[in-house]
Amino acid sequence: MSSAFQPVLPGSAAPHEPAPATPKQVPHRGGTPNPSAAALQSRFPGLVRRVEVVWGETSVYIDGAHALEIVRWLHDDASQRYDYLSDVTAVEYRDPEQPIEVVWHLRSLPYRRFLRLKAELPKGAPLEVESVWSVYRAADWLERECYDMFGIRFSGHPDLRRILMWEQYREGYPLRKDFPLRGRFSRSEQLRQALAANPEARYSMEELTIAQAFEDLPEAMRRRLSSGERTGE
Amino acid sequence: MATTKRTVEVAVGTSGLDGNGRPRRMPLTVTENGSVATIEPPPPIEPDLVGEHMLINIGPQHPATHGVLRLVLELDGETVVRCIPHIGYLHCGFEKIGEYRQYNQVIPWTDREDYLNSIGNNVAFALGAERLFGVEITPRCTVLRVIAMELSRIISHLVWLGTTCIDIGAFTPFLWAFQERENVYNLLERWVGARLTTTATRVGGMAADIPDGWMDQLRHFIKTFPKTVDEVDRMLTKNGIWVGRTVGLGAMSAEEAVNYGLSGPMVRASGVAFDVRRDFPYLDYETYDFEVPVGTHGDVYDRYLVRLEELRQSTRILAQAADRLPDGPVNTSDHRVILPPKHKAMNNIESMIHHFKQVMEGPRPPIGECYVPVESPKGEKGYYFVSDGTAKPVRWRIRPPSFVNLSAIPKMVEGHLLSDVIAINASIDIVMGEIDR
Amino acid sequence: MGLTPRPEPAGTVTTYDPANQESWVATRLDFLVNWSRAMSLWPMPFGTACCAIEFMATAASRFDLARFGMERMSFSPRQADVLICAGRVPFKLAPVLRRIWQQMPQPKWCISMGACASSGGMFDNYAVVQGIDTIIPVDVYVPGCPPRPEGLMYGIMMLQEKVRRERMADTALRHEMEPDPRSGLYIPPQAIDELSEPFGNSVHQTRSGL
Repeated sequence: MSSAFQPVLPGSAAPHEPAPATPKQVPHRGGTPNPSAAALQSRFPGLVRRVEVVWGETSVYIDGAHALEIVRWLHDDASQRYDYLSDVTAVEYRDPEQPIEVVWHLRSLPYRRFLRLKAELPKGAPLEVESVWSVYRAADWLERECYDMFGIRFSGHPDLRRILMWEQYREGYPLRKDFPLRGRFSRSEQLRQALAANPEARYSMEELTIAQAFEDLPEAMRRRLSSGERTGE
Repeated sequence: MATTKRTVEVAVGTSGLDGNGRPRRMPLTVTENGSVATIEPPPPIEPDLVGEHMLINIGPQHPATHGVLRLVLELDGETVVRCIPHIGYLHCGFEKIGEYRQYNQVIPWTDREDYLNSIGNNVAFALGAERLFGVEITPRCTVLRVIAMELSRIISHLVWLGTTCIDIGAFTPFLWAFQERENVYNLLERWVGARLTTTATRVGGMAADIPDGWMDQLRHFIKTFPKTVDEVDRMLTKNGIWVGRTVGLGAMSAEEAVNYGLSGPMVRASGVAFDVRRDFPYLDYETYDFEVPVGTHGDVYDRYLVRLEELRQSTRILAQAADRLPDGPVNTSDHRVILPPKHKAMNNIESMIHHFKQVMEGPRPPIGECYVPVESPKGEKGYYFVSDGTAKPVRWRIRPPSFVNLSAIPKMVEGHLLSDVIAINASIDIVMGEIDR
Repeated sequence: MGLTPRPEPAGTVTTYDPANQESWVATRLDFLVNWSRAMSLWPMPFGTACCAIEFMATAASRFDLARFGMERMSFSPRQADVLICAGRVPFKLAPVLRRIWQQMPQPKWCISMGACASSGGMFDNYAVVQGIDTIIPVDVYVPGCPPRPEGLMYGIMMLQEKVRRERMADTALRHEMEPDPRSGLYIPPQAIDELSEPFGNSVHQTRSGL
């Protein structure tokens, strides 16, 4: 209620840039890259695989093993200040040789910039990448959904379990290309499994600590819960 | 003879509020015949009542969860200690289906996903797809899409208003809001034929141009709608019950809001003036004269004020768009992307081939990817397309604003009462269709 | 192909036998009971998606459901008469819908509102139940995506007509359908597959390449 309230204005870090306008006649390739791409290449020389500018958007392909380090630098550095995580998702191509890409959409509100980071995960190896939850709380559910739909594990995520499908879902990871559109089981089997799973009757470990059932759990499980372990797949 | 003493906690009048704004409770002792005997200090709380928290499950079927959301709450008496939300009860595989349909065939799915903002989603999809195809739309189409988006914003905020009022206890604004929605439904029905699930856009243009007399009807709506907004304002903004139930709840600071990825009225109520129409414009929004309302406290009351003001600003944009609607074709003339008009397809071999290829196979974009965000009534909405040159997308990702906004609910309800959970949940303006997709 | 008919429960079907007509009192009693039931059906709106918004619009001022006696939405199934399933039902929600139906006391009816509730609608994929009649018995199907409020009201009036034609002498009418205890399914698996996939097992990908 103070008269000195100042709203946080996007673009505050770049006050001399012209006011943003609707992009017109955006070229397919060869547009101006986001200055952060060059900054990333100079700061992390070995970790940036390539930079592409498609339809005016800069995509930086990075090494997946160092994703957290790069994202943290982009968040903390004063010349980058990517304070807003728009999306975490994954892409699997129809060509089975191509790796699965994990995509981060980052936005810098002070500089009004948009950056796409991509990490390629080859299909032969386990699909794992670091979680950026410690940098952006927005990654919480976004990474859980990515895990649910693609089976990509985000190491360091506090509570990685299925979010859209029920936890005991057996058919697989739906958005993978080898997962058929209508699922792997017949309709009656899908129905039977869904009715048997009965998600409300199953509480997560976190919820069980609240309920009376905590006392009935075996000792080993209670110890694991008290030490902060979460249930996973 | 010993009197039976029952210790009863009673709120002392309405003026007895303590420093936290909660009713001050003074224990009274009531005798058998009902008269107040003495005032005694409360007995010490028995040890095993302390720390025994209750597990309560709200949903997934519940009138106040705005869809099929399940909240598991840990309560200490009436106060929420922890909240664990469960979603996925409306997961219908939108993104998977998008990989099996041509670009124009995906548009009906965008209606159903955020069903309160159907035509807005259609526009968002078309913007992203047109960027992916490298097609420019006509000036008339641009202005029509602005009209569509603002109408969509109005009807979405009206549903939010109606359902939030019902949750908090006021029934009448729900009827007012839905009556105004009927007026917009009349407009949409005359334009595209459907009330709710409009499928109004195509890649490169719109499904149909506006009929004659439509602009007059729109102008009539622009004239009469602000009266309803003022009526709601008069009823709620300074209403003691409304203020008492919404002020101070679920506050998020500006840094938290940005870090949690909140967008739309949620982040604007917390003092961050992030509006995609201003900061990453599309459809020539920078040429329209409108204000972006920003709240000061980030609580439920501020979100209400922000959305109410957005209703007014949307009406303002509608008036400007109605005045500047240019003549000309609605659809682009690039017939590799959009169907040619029938008379050309029947008389001109090139148009006939375009028509054939588009109907049989669908328009094919170049290899690439694209993400064009728009300001939906819920927040930053965008469709991320990845194309491999075929008629069906390789990946169609929906960036769901309500999904990310809802993930902040455990943070927002901690320490509040059970009835506040309902108010806070209502203030996020969630649509489960968008959250679960 | 067609559906294999379910066997009728033995000895409980009433047929009209002119020599053995019901008495005038019984018919009047039937009329009274059915009239009071039909004219005050309290709906339980199991609204999930877009159809729920059209349901709300039907309940609002313009298409007022109060004139049918249905303005008292009962969100507790224990006090409801009609379950209006408005919206798509994914598999995760199926046990919830089943439990809500089981919690409703007889007499109860069900309206499946919209294409998605009736048959899975446009969502022929891994996640959506292909018609809620695989889980609960449905009385009236209202097509549309979403159905117009007038369409929903027509469906409600059809249900009212159905209620009015009930007879107390028909003991099979309020028979609670129990699921098979082993499979947990309400109708046999072959019937479910037939209902969901009229042209064969649709979990194969070969149908028109989709």
